[in-house]
Amino acid sequence: MSIAATQKRGFGAFLWDYLTTVDHKKIAHLYLVGGGFFFLLGGIEALFIRIQLIKPENDFISAGLYNEMITMHGTTMIFLAAMPLFLGLMNAIMPLQIGARDVAFPFLNSLGFWLFMFGGILLNCSWFLGGAPDAGWTSYAPLSIQSPGHGVDFYTIGLQIAGAGTLIGGINFLVTIVTMRAPGMTYMRMPLFTWTTFVTSVLILFAFPALTVGLFLLMFDRMFDSAFFDVALGGNTVIWQHLFWIFGHPEVYILILPAFGLFSDIFSTFSKKRLFGYTAMVFATILIAFLGFMVWAHHMFTVGLGPVANSIFAIATMAIAVPTGIKIFNWLATMWGGSISINSAMLWALGFIPSFTIGGMTGVMLASAVADYQYHDTYFVVAHFHYVIVGGSVFGILAGIHYWYPKMFGRILHEGMGKAAFWIFLIGFNLTFFIQHFLGLMGMPRRYWVFLEDQGLDTGNFISTIGAFLMGVAVIILLINIIYTAVKGEKAPADPWDGRTLEWAIPSPPPFYNFKQTPLTRGLDPLWIEKTEGKGKMTPAEPLGDIHMPDGSILPFIMSLGFFVAGFGFIYQVDHNAWLLAVFAGIGTALICMLIRSLKDYHGYHIKKEDLEREAD
Amino acid sequence: MKGMGKIKALFLLSFLAIVLAGCGKENLTALVPKGTGAETSMNLILLSTLVMVFVFAVVIVVYVIALVRFRKKKGQENYIPKQVEGNKTLETVWTVIPIILVLILAVPTVAATFELADMSKSGDGVNIEVTGNQYWWHFNYKGEEIQTSQDLYIPTGEKVYLNMISSDVIHSLWIPSISGKMDVNPENVNKMYIEAKEEGVYWGKCAELCGPSHSLMDFKVVAVSPEEFDQWVSDMQNVDPKAQPQDAVAQEGKDLFEEKSCMGCHAIGSSPAAVGPNLTDFGNRSKIAGFLEPNEENLVKWIMDPESIKPGNKMTGNYPAVSEEEAKKISAYLMQLKPSDITPESAGK
Ligand code: HEM
Ligand SMILES: [Cu+2]
Repeated sequence: MSIAATQKRGFGAFLWDYLTTVDHKKIAHLYLVGGGFFFLLGGIEALFIRIQLIKPENDFISAGLYNEMITMHGTTMIFLAAMPLFLGLMNAIMPLQIGARDVAFPFLNSLGFWLFMFGGILLNCSWFLGGAPDAGWTSYAPLSIQSPGHGVDFYTIGLQIAGAGTLIGGINFLVTIVTMRAPGMTYMRMPLFTWTTFVTSVLILFAFPALTVGLFLLMFDRMFDSAFFDVALGGNTVIWQHLFWIFGHPEVYILILPAFGLFSDIFSTFSKKRLFGYTAMVFATILIAFLGFMVWAHHMFTVGLGPVANSIFAIATMAIAVPTGIKIFNWLATMWGGSISINSAMLWALGFIPSFTIGGMTGVMLASAVADYQYHDTYFVVAHFHYVIVGGSVFGILAGIHYWYPKMFGRILHEGMGKAAFWIFLIGFNLTFFIQHFLGLMGMPRRYWVFLEDQGLDTGNFISTIGAFLMGVAVIILLINIIYTAVKGEKAPADPWDGRTLEWAIPSPPPFYNFKQTPLTRGLDPLWIEKTEGKGKMTPAEPLGDIHMPDGSILPFIMSLGFFVAGFGFIYQVDHNAWLLAVFAGIGTALICMLIRSLKDYHGYHIKKEDLEREAD
Repeated sequence: MKGMGKIKALFLLSFLAIVLAGCGKENLTALVPKGTGAETSMNLILLSTLVMVFVFAVVIVVYVIALVRFRKKKGQENYIPKQVEGNKTLETVWTVIPIILVLILAVPTVAATFELADMSKSGDGVNIEVTGNQYWWHFNYKGEEIQTSQDLYIPTGEKVYLNMISSDVIHSLWIPSISGKMDVNPENVNKMYIEAKEEGVYWGKCAELCGPSHSLMDFKVVAVSPEEFDQWVSDMQNVDPKAQPQDAVAQEGKDLFEEKSCMGCHAIGSSPAAVGPNLTDFGNRSKIAGFLEPNEENLVKWIMDPESIKPGNKMTGNYPAVSEEEAKKISAYLMQLKPSDITPESAGK
C-alpha cells in the first residue's frame, strides 16, 4: 500500500474505509458525525420538552411520553453527544499536539468508537420498540426498577455498551500521552488541551467502573430478579444514588475539563500571548479532578444523610470554586496585555467566560446545603447545570470545531455565518436558562410535565421556550455553514491562526502519518518558539525514515455489532427464551472476533522513505 | 462594540421579564419565606447571591477592560505582545480571596445545616407521620388518631415534626414558602420540622420524579392558629364514620361508595387508609386529587375516569365502572363530609 491508496474510489470504498479505519483522525470524524447526530436528536427532544411547557397545563405530549423525553434528552446529551464530541476533538488533535504519529492502540480506538455508536443506537431503538426509558437520566431506583416495559432495560444495556467504549477510549488516550510524546515534549510543555485530555482520561478510568457496577446491579434487578434495590427484600435504594453520583459527578468534570483545556489554547492563540500561569493551570486542573471525586453527595443533600455528611460535602464542594476561580482569572490575565483578534472560534471562547462564571457561581450557591434544600430538583438546578454544560461544554465544543475545523478538514468555516450563529445562540441560551433560576425559586420543580395555571410561572416558561427555539435556529445556521464550507469553503493553510502548538506545524488536513519526521520540542508552545526565532518550522528530531502504520480492520465494527445483537437478546430473553439465541450469537461473534484478533498476526505496513521524500512539504 | 449592545439588550430583557413575573405566587414561592426553614434558606441564598454578584462584577469588569484595551488595532498586525509567564503576587491574590469568600459562606452553611437537623425537641411538638404515595400524600397525626390526606393542618408558630417514609418510589416533600425539601425514601424514616409563621394555605409539591403524574402530586399545608388547630383536632377525633348523611342523594351515594368497592382503598374516619387517600374531611378539602378546583364537575370526572386526570395513578381500573349518575351521587356524599368548621377558608384562603 502506498500513500496514494487512501485516495477516494467511490462511495462503497469510502464507506469501507471509515468502517475499517484505525486512523485517529478519521475516527475523530466518526465521533464528530456520531456525536453531532445525537446532539441534534437531543436538541429535538429538548424542543419537545419546551413546547410542552410553553403554557400552563398544556397537552402537547402525554405524561408518559414527557418522562421519556426528559430521560432521553439528558441521557443523549451527556453520554451520546457532549462526551463523544469531545472524544472526537481529542482524537483529532491531541496526538498532533504531542507530536505523535498515531495513538497507542489504534485498533482499540476504533473499537471504542463503534461500541459507543452501537450503544447509542441500541438505546434509541427503544423509541420504536415499545417506549424509551422514563425514569430520568439518573434512573433512580426504585422508580427505574418499577418502570414497566423495556425502556429502562435499553438504558442499562445501551449505556453499558457505550460506556465500555468510552472507557476504552480513555485508556487509549492515557497510554498515548504517557508513551508517545515527541522528544522534548515533557509533561510541563504539553498544551493545556492535551493536559485536560490526560486528566479527563484519568477521570474516565476511575469514574466509569462505578457506572458499570451500578448498571449491572440495575440490570440484574430488572432482568434476573436480584434485589439490590428492592427494599421489601432487604435492598437499599440510596445505594443506587451513591453509585450513580460517584460516577455522575466526575462525569460532569469529564464534560468540562476538555473545554477548559481547549479554551486555554484558544485564548493564548488569539491573544498572541503564552498562557498566563501555565503551571497553576495544570495544577488547578488536577485539583479540580481530584475534588471532583470527593463531592458526589452534594447531589444528595435532601436524601437525609444527616447534617455531618451534608456539611462535609458542602465544604468540599465550595472548595472547587478556588481552582476554578484561578482558571478564570488566568484566562483573563492571558488576554490582558495581549493583542486580541476576534473570530468565531474566539467568540465562543469569549462567550464562555460570563456564561460559565454564572454556572460556576450558582454551583457554589447550590453547595450551601441549606440553600440547596430550596434549589434541589427545581428549575434552579436545571438553569445551573445548563449554564455549566451548555455555557461550558457546548460552547467549548463549538469553539473547538471552529478553531480546529481547518486542521481537520482543510477548509475554514464561513466567518459571517459563524458569528451569526454565535450571537443567536448566546441570546437564545440566556433567554432560555437565566429565567429558570427564578422559576425554580418560585416553586417549579424539575421534571414537571405540566405546571398549573395561576402559579406565577407562565411568563418565565414562555420566554424560556422562545429562547430554546432561538438556539435551534443557531444550530441550523451552523449546519448550513458546514454544508456551505464543504461545497465552496475557503481552503485552509497549515497554520491559519498563527498558532503556537504542534498541530499547526503540519499541513491541513494532516497526512495520515501526521509527522513525516517527529518534531523536536524545545519548550512550551513549540511552534511559536520556532516562529519567533525565525525558523518558522519545527526541527526534526530524527532523520527521515520508513514509517510503520497499523492495518485497518473491520473487527471492531463486527465485534460491536455482536454486542449490539447480544444486547437485544438480554433485553428480550425475559419475554421469551428463544432470545437467548441472540445472546449466544452476539457474544459468540464478539468472542470469535477477539480470537481472530489474538491469533492472527497483524504486521501493519511501512511507508517507504522514498515515497515520503516525493511528498511535498 | 456591536456585541456589547446586544448583551445589554439581553440583560434588559431578562430583567424586564423577572419584574413582570414578580416573585411568583405568594403561597408557593421560596422568595417570600413564611416559615423557619424557608427563612434560613433564604438568608443563605441572599448571602451567597451577594458574594457571587460581587465575584461576577469583578470578572466582568476585568473582562470588558481587557477586551476594549487589548483588542488588536489597525496597524498592529505585526505587533507581538510580551510573553508573560505568570505573576506570583496576582495569582496568590486570586487564590486567597476566593478562599476567604468560600469561608464566609461555609460557616453559616454548617451552622444552618445543624440547626435545621435538630430534632431534640420533637417530643414536645406535634409529630406527624407522612407517607408519600404515587401520587398523593398521607398524614397520620401521632397520638391523635387522626388521618388525613392531601391537606396537612398545622398550628402556626410551633415546630411540627414530620417523620416521612414512602410506600413505593422516592418522593420529595417540598413546601417552598415554609421549608426546603426532604426526600421521602422507601427504606428509612426521614425527619424534618416545619414551622409556619403566618396563617395561610401553602402549596406543597413533590420534587422527586416519581412517575407520570409526578407534576400533579401537590398537597396543601393549612396553617391555622394554635387554638383553631386544637379545635380542628377535636372535631376530627369526633367523626363518626358510620354517620348517615342527611339528604337522600348523599345516602344513595354512601351506599354506592360501599357497593363500588371504593371502601377497599379509601377510609373515612381514623382507620389508617392503605391504598388510597383517607376521605374523612373531603368536603373541606381545598383541592380534589391535590390540584383540581373542588367542585362537583371535577369530582364526577375524577370518579369516572381518574386516568384522564392523573395518568398512571393506582385508582384507575381498580373498581367497577361508575355511571355519571352514580358518580354524581357519590360526589354528593363525599362533598358533605365536613367534620370541622376549621377549613382552608378559615385559614385565610
Ligand atoms: C368508585 C370508587 C372510588 C371513589 C369514589 C374514589 C374517590 C377518590 C377521590 C375523590 C380521590 C381524590 C382524593 C384526593 O383528592 O385526595 C381519589 C384518589 C385516589 N384513589 Fe380513589 N376512589 C375510588 C376507588 C378507588 C380504588 C378502588 C382505589 C384503589 C385501588 C383508589 C385509589 C386511589 C388513589 C391511589 C388515589 C390518589 C390518586 C392521586 O392523587 O394520585 N380509589 N379517589
Ligand atoms: Cu412524588
